[in-house]
Formats: sequence, C-alpha cells, structure tokens
Amino acid sequence: MSFIVAFIWSFALWLVLTAGTNGMLWSLEELIAGIIFATIVGFSTRNIIGEKTQRFLNPIKWLGFIVYAVGPLFWGMAKANLDVAYRVVTGKIKPGIVRVPVDLENEAQYTILSNSITLTPGTLTVDACPEEKALYVHWIYVKEEEPKTSEPVAGSFEKWARRLGK
Amino acid sequence: MIESIIYVFLAISITFNLLGSFSLHRFPDVYTRLHGATKCTTFGTIFAVLAVVVHAIWQIRETGDPKYLQMALHSVVALIALMLTNPTGAHAIAKAAHLSGYKPAKAVIDAYERKLRGERA
Repeated sequence: MSFIVAFIWSFALWLVLTAGTNGMLWSLEELIAGIIFATIVGFSTRNIIGEKTQRFLNPIKWLGFIVYAVGPLFWGMAKANLDVAYRVVTGKIKPGIVRVPVDLENEAQYTILSNSITLTPGTLTVDACPEEKALYVHWIYVKEEEPKTSEPVAGSFEKWARRLGK
Repeated sequence: MIESIIYVFLAISITFNLLGSFSLHRFPDVYTRLHGATKCTTFGTIFAVLAVVVHAIWQIRETGDPKYLQMALHSVVALIALMLTNPTGAHAIAKAAHLSGYKPAKAVIDAYERKLRGERA
C-alpha cells in the first residue's frame, strides 16, 4: 500500500514538472521516464512512509489542506507579517519562550501545528514535546507568559491541525 | 493593466524581503533574527511567485507558448518546497542554538530553559 501511495505522488509530481513538453500535455518519453523513476522512488521509500498511508490519497483531506493554506494560514501570515514589519521598523520587542499546552493525538498533527506556528512570523516553535502535550514557542512580543491554550499564540490553527492530521 | 498588477506584487515582495534583511541589523539575538530573516522572506517569495504566475498566465493567453506553463508550474512547486522546508529549518536552527547555550536576549520568560533544567515535569 505504501508503495502505491509513494508511486502515485511521485508520478503526480513528475507530471507537474514536465507538463508542456508536447503542446500543453506530456510527450510519451516523459511519461515512460516518469513511470520508471516513480517506481524507483516508491520501491525505495516503501518502508519509510509508515502506516495509515491511505489518508494521503483521501481527496477530502487534500481539499482541506488547500482551503487551509489559502484561507486561515495565508491570512494569519499576512496579519503577522505586518506586525513583524512594524516591530522591525520601530524596534519594539518583548521576546521570550513560552510553554503552550496543546491537545493533539499524533505526530502529523504536531508537525502541522508547529510548522504553521513557525510560518506565521512573530512565533517560532523551538521544540515540540508530545510526551507532555506542549510546544515551546519563541514569541517576539509576549502577551501572556503562561498561556492556558494555544489560542493566543496560534489562533484557530490547533482546530485545523487536529482535523487535517487525523 | 496586468503589468501593473505584476509590479504591485513585485513591490510587495521586495518590501518584505528588504524588511527581512533589515531585521538582521535591528534585532538583538539569533531567535529574533530568525523571525525576520526566514519569515519575511517566505512572505516576500509568495508574492514573487504570484507575480511570475500572473505573468505566465498572461503570456499563455497572448502567445500560447507551453514554456510559460512550465515556468508557472515550476515556480509553484518551488514555493511549496520552500513553505515546507523553511519552518523546519528555522525550528532546527532555534533548537540547536538553544541546546548549545545561546540564551534569548532581553527575554521576559524562558520556559524551555526551565524545562531543560527539569523544574517542570
């Protein structure tokens, strides 16, 4: 199963990278080379991808990722970028590393949440500790020294991460 | 009309990249500099790629040349790769800096330091 998932995704990436070799479509040589390379990638990564690989093929999940990326994530980045731009110009900073308790179940959810937190400027995940259900976040302007939820740091990201990482 | 949209995107991109480099001089330590240097540049790159995509779609409609389709798709793939690797790299640098003993300058609180010393479970 993980071979099929890796094959499909590497072949899709190959198709994206080689579109336009025959008109707007693909030439036969590129398709054959893509199948060969996707087979090599799928065979060599079949033990790395791990369990629960079917979720990578779930179209609803991918739609969710796209909605998340152009909606809340981009909006959060825009707001936070303006905030950091203001801090760069004026020099008003109050940095600190805070402990943010989170309520997540698996590693994919931790990865999504901490990457989203790091992508929005002003917050930077220093470490994620799933065993104590907490993230350590460097915050450029500390508003709460000991937040009780992830809401002041990450807004609605925790809900999205919980849904997308299932 | 389309050209002016492209110029607006490029202007936003350059502004944020400039602010990112400027933050290297303004901020006091490695953590705060990471904020400026890695993330203002990501946001700047998003708009640079948007400008490329708008230009490519415009050229496809004008000329129908498939090389512009390749240009747009390749820059989008580059953007996705950047958005996946950038936070990972920033996290790795920050954690490595903290573990090798660089304390955050002017910090009002350092919960991670307390955790490493074992003061909290």
